[in-house]
Amino acid sequence: MMQTLQEILSRLFSLDRDVLAIAWLSLRVSLTAVGIGLVLGIPLGAFLAVARFPGRGAAVGLLNAFMGLPPVLVGLVLYLVLSRSGPLGPLGLLFTPGAMIAAQATLATPLVAALTQQVVADARVHLGEQLRSLGLSAPRQAGAMIYDVRFSLVTAALAAFGRAISEIGAVLVVGGNIDGYTRTMTTAISLETQKGDLSLALALGLVLIGLVLVVNVAVAVLRRHAARVYG
Amino acid sequence: MSATPAIRLQDVTLSLDGRTVLDHLHLEIASGSVTAVIGPNGAGKSVTLRVIDGLLQPDGGTVQVGPHRRAFVFQRPALIRATAAANIALALGGLPRPARAARVEEALARVRLSERGRDAATRFSGGEQQRLALARAWAVGPDLLLLDEPTANLDPASTEIVEGLVSAMARAGTTVVLVSHNLGQVARLADTVIVLASGRAVEHGPARQILFSPRTSESRAYLAGELPWTPFVAAS
Ligand SMILES: Nc1ncnc2c1ncn2[C@@H]1O[C@H](COP(=O)(O)OP(=O)(O)OP(=O)(O)O)[C@@H](O)[C@H]1O
Ligand SMILES: [Mg+2]
Repeated sequence: MMQTLQEILSRLFSLDRDVLAIAWLSLRVSLTAVGIGLVLGIPLGAFLAVARFPGRGAAVGLLNAFMGLPPVLVGLVLYLVLSRSGPLGPLGLLFTPGAMIAAQATLATPLVAALTQQVVADARVHLGEQLRSLGLSAPRQAGAMIYDVRFSLVTAALAAFGRAISEIGAVLVVGGNIDGYTRTMTTAISLETQKGDLSLALALGLVLIGLVLVVNVAVAVLRRHAARVYG
Repeated sequence: MSATPAIRLQDVTLSLDGRTVLDHLHLEIASGSVTAVIGPNGAGKSVTLRVIDGLLQPDGGTVQVGPHRRAFVFQRPALIRATAAANIALALGGLPRPARAARVEEALARVRLSERGRDAATRFSGGEQQRLALARAWAVGPDLLLLDEPTANLDPASTEIVEGLVSAMARAGTTVVLVSHNLGQVARLADTVIVLASGRAVEHGPARQILFSPRTSESRAYLAGELPWTPFVAAS
């Protein structure tokens, strides 16, 4: 056991630039996907929290269910859409980092939207009438409520990031795990495991956990600072 | 007090969750008056203010409200997680930025919170939050000011600040509708009193007359501090 640990650590410290490149790609793809997820998911969630229309309850239920979308299924559907004969085939995105971003954004958006819907609906209980009474337009009411819950949305963003960076099914199917191009931390770990190089796989796993920790700690520090200043 | 009514509710009924909350409510509020709405807990006072502000639509009857520029200070202050200044600025979206900043400053000064503009509003004490909510209402420059127990959390000094600002706004022509359980405050501020009980206006008249010689049993019971008596309560 000690010996394996030592081996893992020695592999960890001898990780080369290839591994750094893989880590960087994973980070870039997942952060971009979360960014897209926030841009699409926050307005969608806020809209569902504020608007009243027939079928709204069903839409919210569907959204909540979509938080559990299986990544490999998202990958498959996107594969069909992006493949040469698919509707978006001409974009030539299949087996590129762009396709992986699209896949992870598809996983991140419902998660962000569902959590936004929940926290904005809660905020609406105590702020809704006041904002209406102030005569704010519907978008500005939603904007004020999104602002009110911004610290909770940070948690939603972190959850989306965790889901994106740790999934393998979608990036594998639409990225193809091409060495030096679309290989991410998770696909590399899977590959090394299959090849039987368990200590390298574990070393890569430690790097992945490290990445997630660094992002979470950085966000927590920023959030605490902002909360101290703005309540 | 001018003769044109600012607000007229006629035969207004409203049920919430299957319970009758407003029961054929009639009331008329004169433009430029300060009208106190009093009555026991659950009588429908807050609901009446929300109907006047257009936040609730009645099931029946008519609601006519003249003044367009309205401000509502809620029973529980509703502030967003932002600075006190930002909470006031929220109401001033139409103003250009420099004018807005000046107006925010002035509003904070009116409730003696000038030093607190950059502090987080949600960490204010209950009384400070209520003063801030009133400052925001003042900043709107309303023709109609709706106040739901605006001094419920306030110490005497803060109460004086709030009453002073409300009086000043009334003198400047703002129509004020005040819900309060503080009868001293009602006597100090209001020229007219409406007594609500079980969703109906049981008495309506000059403040002095109602406070000192109420005519209905409901008014007398409320003013004497008795528990509200309704057939429903008696039967259960
Ligand atoms: N959103 C709502 N849904 C259901 N019932 C409501 C709602 N708002 C108010 N009510 C009911 O309407 C009745 C009148 O409430 P309201 O808040 O107007 O009372 P009030 O006269 O302001 O009392 P208080 O002095 O305690 O503030 C209460 O029985 C209350 O339960
Ligand atoms: Mg009330």
